[in-house]
Amino acid sequence: MQTWLKHPMTRRLLLGAGALIGGSSAARLALGQVASPPQSSSAGGFAQHPRSASAATHNTHDGMITVGEVNSARNGFDPHEILTDWDTGIASRLPNGQVLREFDVVAVDKEIEIAPGLFFPAWTYNGRVPGPTLRVTEGDRVRIRFQNAGSHPHTMHFHGIHPARMDGVPGAGEARPGEEFVYEFDAHPFGCHLYHCHAVPLKRHIHKGLYGAFIIDPDPARHPEQEAQARSRLLETSENRRWQEFVLVMNGFDTNFDEENEIYAVNSIAHAYSKRPIVVDRSRPIRLYLINMTEFDPINSLHLHANFFEYYDHGTSLTPTLRMVDTVMQCQGQRGILEMTFQEHEPGLYMFHAHQSEFAELGWMSLFDVQDQPT
Amino acid sequence: MFKTSRHKASAMTRVILWMGLPILLFTAVAAGFLALDPLRSLTSGVPPVEALTIERTVLDGEGIALAVRAGGSEAMRIAQVQVDGAYWAFTQDPPGALDRLQSARLQINYPWVQGETHHLTLVTSSGLTFEHTIDVATATPTTSTGMIAKLGLIGVFVGVVPVALGMLFYPALRVGGGRAFQFALALTVGLLAFLLVDTLQEALELSSETAPGLHGGVLVWLVAATTFAALMAVGRRGGSLEGTALAAAIALGIGLHNFGEGLAIGSAFATGSAALGSFLVLGFTLHNLTEGIGIVAPMVRRRPSLWVFAALAALAGLPAIAGVWLGSYAFSPHWAALAFAVGAGAILQVIVEVGGLLVRHGQREGHPWLSGAALAGAGSGTAVMYVTALLVQV
Repeated sequence: MQTWLKHPMTRRLLLGAGALIGGSSAARLALGQVASPPQSSSAGGFAQHPRSASAATHNTHDGMITVGEVNSARNGFDPHEILTDWDTGIASRLPNGQVLREFDVVAVDKEIEIAPGLFFPAWTYNGRVPGPTLRVTEGDRVRIRFQNAGSHPHTMHFHGIHPARMDGVPGAGEARPGEEFVYEFDAHPFGCHLYHCHAVPLKRHIHKGLYGAFIIDPDPARHPEQEAQARSRLLETSENRRWQEFVLVMNGFDTNFDEENEIYAVNSIAHAYSKRPIVVDRSRPIRLYLINMTEFDPINSLHLHANFFEYYDHGTSLTPTLRMVDTVMQCQGQRGILEMTFQEHEPGLYMFHAHQSEFAELGWMSLFDVQDQPT
Repeated sequence: MFKTSRHKASAMTRVILWMGLPILLFTAVAAGFLALDPLRSLTSGVPPVEALTIERTVLDGEGIALAVRAGGSEAMRIAQVQVDGAYWAFTQDPPGALDRLQSARLQINYPWVQGETHHLTLVTSSGLTFEHTIDVATATPTTSTGMIAKLGLIGVFVGVVPVALGMLFYPALRVGGGRAFQFALALTVGLLAFLLVDTLQEALELSSETAPGLHGGVLVWLVAATTFAALMAVGRRGGSLEGTALAAAIALGIGLHNFGEGLAIGSAFATGSAALGSFLVLGFTLHNLTEGIGIVAPMVRRRPSLWVFAALAALAGLPAIAGVWLGSYAFSPHWAALAFAVGAGAILQVIVEVGGLLVRHGQREGHPWLSGAALAGAGSGTAVMYVTALLVQV
């Protein structure tokens, strides 16, 4: 008997058998409405759609959201700070006049809270996921002292141009636990790049949290024909200060290790920017450094509501590679720069999220809070 | 006299004292083991074992409610809830961590869709996931009088009607004579054997759905065996059972079985899997018809008054109504497994008793108890149950 309680196919078999016997309308009369649906409408028995009682959250999700708050203090990093905390290293000048930027990165095992109450045994660069956003200028000499304080061999494999010795793969730049390696190369080409651990097994080392943004700003002197655009990209120029720049690393977490992500996010914390939207000034343009570090799913995407943007694939050009789009797709490891403005829009909440509804519903959902003169 | 009782008392004291020693020693060993934790190196860095069982689902205008029971090696926390691959706000009562075997109620404001399937995933704080599927979403019966009456009606059709109708074979059995009596008794044994297997299987299947920490499977066997032994002891106090007493024992066993059947049907209606309808209920009516014959078989040689028949029908049939009600409003797999286990023990007892009567009858009549009539009876009993079970089982 338990069997028919479980299998939906039973219904078909029994209805078939019922038709054979000659219908069951008489018995149905005797039994009244028990067997028929309580509501005839196809919308279902869910009478009214109750609102979430949580006052801390915005109403754009209508109950479809994670419950509670992530403790950023315990994590040691705040997704809102990650948006803009560029790490430009310690700068000095080499005898040949080249700028040297030195960074210290340490790989550590660390349990992080990726959704309220949900803890993930991560491997991190500098105790955070994504790791520090390294930002340099085209042509700089970059020197990264990488220490492995974790429990497995790790590397830093940079997407960029560098010698084979500096590739950060097993056999070339791998640091075993307790060891260190110094990566050194010239920053080329300009663009929106990334780094990640390339130790094997690759999937595990990446999805455990070993990745971060690596941004190389263009040197305006090298691009005289597009100097204005280059200057707007170069951190801390007067043209650049007009822009509101954010780094968004799309990622996911497979918390039960079944090679499917339970959590999707930008900058690791599910729903971080829908529970507390990113405040932007309506009058100033927005530039997003978007990087896809999602494991297990071949692609991820960003869709912006009520607006369109220009897209620079890999950020390696100063003219857009896609114009007037509101959705962009990236494969694993792909990245690019998005530029947009809300100048002509009314203030308010504007969504952006993966247009894979699955990812959006599992945490990759965000909001811009467009304001006039935000404080 | 006085001396012996004093002697007895001092013996008792000694027994208690000697029992105290091992208990005391165990407490000391346990305390030392926990304090020193010599196995720490074996388990360091290993996350605790977690288990979560969903015992009941309620669908209504407020969304989806789940009754869950934890079964981890330590207290565990439900961090988030996914419905159909999306995170949904939920409340937990009582909130916080769930101790081993503690249960809680989760309420999710999810706009479920009538007649469709929903998948739930509970994510614990360590990232483990526990899945639950609602096969066919339908509103859980409300506690209105109308609904209670309708559910009661299902119980009547599953329990009372078939038993009462089956009893109407009584006059036919009476005119048949010795051979017919033997046939009827064997038929009863056959149908009871079927019910025994069915009931035990049901109990074990349900026990596999209970929280692993409850050890449902072991409990089913123990409860069935204990019930059997207890009923045998009670029934045999006045010699072996015959006539109306035996009929009452059979009615009790069948009543317990029907209670379990009612539970399962009620929970099926409550969870939507029995949107299968009236045909199914009629199938049960036909299936349980034989039970009435079984109950009256031992009384063929007597002439009981009408109220005896009514009382037996009530004893065997009414529990089905109680079962449907309980199954609809308060179903939990471990209680249902226990109900089936008690039923299995009771059925085994009546098999033994009816079998005994069959043997004694054969001795009295001077022919072997394993006659053609008896074989045919037992065969038809199981066959009828099996064939009619096809209407309610797939």
